[in-house]
Amino acid sequence: MSKTAIAQLKRPKPPSKLKHYLTAGFIVLILWGSAVNTDSTLGELIDGLPNMMDLLRDMFPPKWSYLDNIAGAMLETIRMALVGTTIGALLAVPVALLCAGNIAASRWLYHPARLLLNLIRTLPDLLLAAIFVSIFGLGPLPGIFALVIFSMGLIAKLTYESLETIDPGPLEALTSVGANRAQWIVYGVIPQIQAHFMSYVLYTFEINVRAAAILGLVGAGGIGHYYEVTLGFLEYDKTCTIIIFTLAIVLMIDYASTKLREKLL
Amino acid sequence: MIQIRNITKTYPNGTKGLNGITLSIARGEFIAVVGLSGAGKSTLLRSINRLHDITEGEILIDGSSITRASGRELRSIRRDIGMIFQSFNLVKRATVLRNVLAGRVGYHSTLRTILGRFPERDLDIAFRALDRVNIVEKAYARADELSGGQQQRVAIARVLAQEAKIILADEPVASLDPLTTKQVMDDLKGINQELGITTIVNLHFIDLARQYATRIIGLRAGEVVFDGPVSEATDERFAEIYGRPISQDEWLGVPAI
Amino acid sequence: MMTTKKQWHTIVQKPRKSRYRWLIYAALAALYVWAFAGIPFTGLKETAGQVTQAIFAGIFSPDWGYVYLPEGEDLLRGLLDTLAIAALGTFISTLVSIPFAFWSAANMSRARTVSASGRMVLSFIRSFPEIVMAILFIKAVGPGSFAGVLALGLHSVGMLGKLFAEEVESMDRGPQEALVASGANYWQMLWFAVIPQVLPGFLSYTLYRFEINVRSATILGIIGAGGIGTPLIFAQSSRDWDRVGIILLGIIVMVTLIDLISGAIRRKIT
Repeated sequence: MSKTAIAQLKRPKPPSKLKHYLTAGFIVLILWGSAVNTDSTLGELIDGLPNMMDLLRDMFPPKWSYLDNIAGAMLETIRMALVGTTIGALLAVPVALLCAGNIAASRWLYHPARLLLNLIRTLPDLLLAAIFVSIFGLGPLPGIFALVIFSMGLIAKLTYESLETIDPGPLEALTSVGANRAQWIVYGVIPQIQAHFMSYVLYTFEINVRAAAILGLVGAGGIGHYYEVTLGFLEYDKTCTIIIFTLAIVLMIDYASTKLREKLL
Repeated sequence: MIQIRNITKTYPNGTKGLNGITLSIARGEFIAVVGLSGAGKSTLLRSINRLHDITEGEILIDGSSITRASGRELRSIRRDIGMIFQSFNLVKRATVLRNVLAGRVGYHSTLRTILGRFPERDLDIAFRALDRVNIVEKAYARADELSGGQQQRVAIARVLAQEAKIILADEPVASLDPLTTKQVMDDLKGINQELGITTIVNLHFIDLARQYATRIIGLRAGEVVFDGPVSEATDERFAEIYGRPISQDEWLGVPAI
Repeated sequence: MMTTKKQWHTIVQKPRKSRYRWLIYAALAALYVWAFAGIPFTGLKETAGQVTQAIFAGIFSPDWGYVYLPEGEDLLRGLLDTLAIAALGTFISTLVSIPFAFWSAANMSRARTVSASGRMVLSFIRSFPEIVMAILFIKAVGPGSFAGVLALGLHSVGMLGKLFAEEVESMDRGPQEALVASGANYWQMLWFAVIPQVLPGFLSYTLYRFEINVRSATILGIIGAGGIGTPLIFAQSSRDWDRVGIILLGIIVMVTLIDLISGAIRRKIT
């Protein structure tokens, strides 16, 4: 009995839950506002489902003979990804070195470099491609430019982040034997980072193959162009062929690249 | 209270975790299970509440078979058996109180527990359990803010809130320092004596087993090689259980206070 | 006397490099020749310089009048629309990803095939570009933001489901065991032992995906699925380069702000 009384007495006050309620209310408000803003209703989705079913029915069976028409565009897609990734990777090297706090000596160097990198990384590849199309005209070249910028941003970011975690021991040793800046990087930094760097390049290549496959939607080359062609003529069985073909190539490249990356690290 | 009838546990690869164990455990006993690691102590304990299934034999809890129970019946038998773990098994990000209340979920419907509508009586039980292990002021702290000894006491409070008739403790002090070890063992012993809860503890340290238990069971390679009161568990018998002379690691080395 | 390199090599053998090394280099070289040779490096528009200048002029001396127009169709509304698409799409994908995560987490089911099949479905969804999904959804619900919401909602499941599943796999099994031992049923075990452990990780990944979805939502307008991409394409086709510039500026500022806020919240909850 007395034990109960003591326990009742000693019960600490529960912390206020007001913050939780406010946060939950705020999130609900945002989502509700978003739904209103985008005219998203469940009813519309349900109304649309029959259309969707029709579409899927039209897509199957895929028209396999269309593969002959798009094989060349697929090769162009892979070419674009390869060239874009390679040039982007080369450009990413100096950028990553500039952004890494333990390599770029002054904060006046790496803070602006990082800011610039982050600003570049705000633009998605398809948007970059659209801009480059308006500058350079239609064709794979603006697509490649977009991929170069995008790859540079991604590889530089991943690389500088792992650069900052490298072992400072060898760097100190090189400083103590009197190495100059270039020697310091070649003998102290690069051996520690090259496997990671290659792995990031491969990873970016995987992403770029996917990206290059849709750049054609804005006229920047590759197989994406054929989405517009087939959808425009309501040839959904051909669209389906494009989708499946792209998926197969993407998964194959992913598989090979993943195996290679596992070997590297 | 607990009838273990000729149980055997065979793993898929053919090794035997438990081999023909028969035990009878009476209400209110405080049993220490000792043996080398890999002797089957943990498997035996987890067979009693069926966290592990046994291959042959049967276990009766208060006369009903947990071996044959399933679904709701199994859960209601488990509700009467509290368990304490070496690594505490608290949800580290949840509050102490919520961890203790988790011991009450077996009494209520899924919906009620998920909505957090525990009755006032349950809250009282939870706070009293925390008070019993002297940690009530931490009720709203996050479990990971507590020290190891405090966390184990929260785990004990969880079992108390469960209002179990049996407590199984699997190496409850193996992750604790000698001083907190003593506090936790004192708590377990006090609960055993005052509330009459049957307690079975897996222990590594010989001196702790002798100091706290009323009965010692020795396991070796999945078989019971010793079963008797503390007075009979001499150093020689321990050496037999271990199959080698007792080594320094088997002593906690803190004198009884 | 100097010992020559050759003499040292009688003491310690230089490791032989693989004979296939040159083969690999040759293959790589051939690959690059093939890749670069197939790209037409000609046919650039002469106006390229002019257009670039105009776009940068738009970025650095923006037409502030476009930021807010009382009658609508301005920059702020476009950006808000983009954020709304991203927020709702992320929310839908989170809801859908949770069951997927428990399906494809290896520690939540006994049979290996169950989690393997879940992972396969997720990887399939992941490989399906959101923009293509948006095209298909436009056919179903008509052009507009809702198609974009659905596309982001579905495509994000591929990545979120995978990340969520990894979070479920990395949690501590102990609390689950404790709950089962105290007589809890499956749902109580899930709610009291699993959810509290994985929730912070789920929230953090959701925010991360939101950052990605904000970027994705800026391009949905290109194919008519709402957001700031729509006025961008209009400005582009009417050669209104100043406007293209200010829209780009708006996107850069919005994405940067969202990254900052979301990053700060993520650091706080994990």
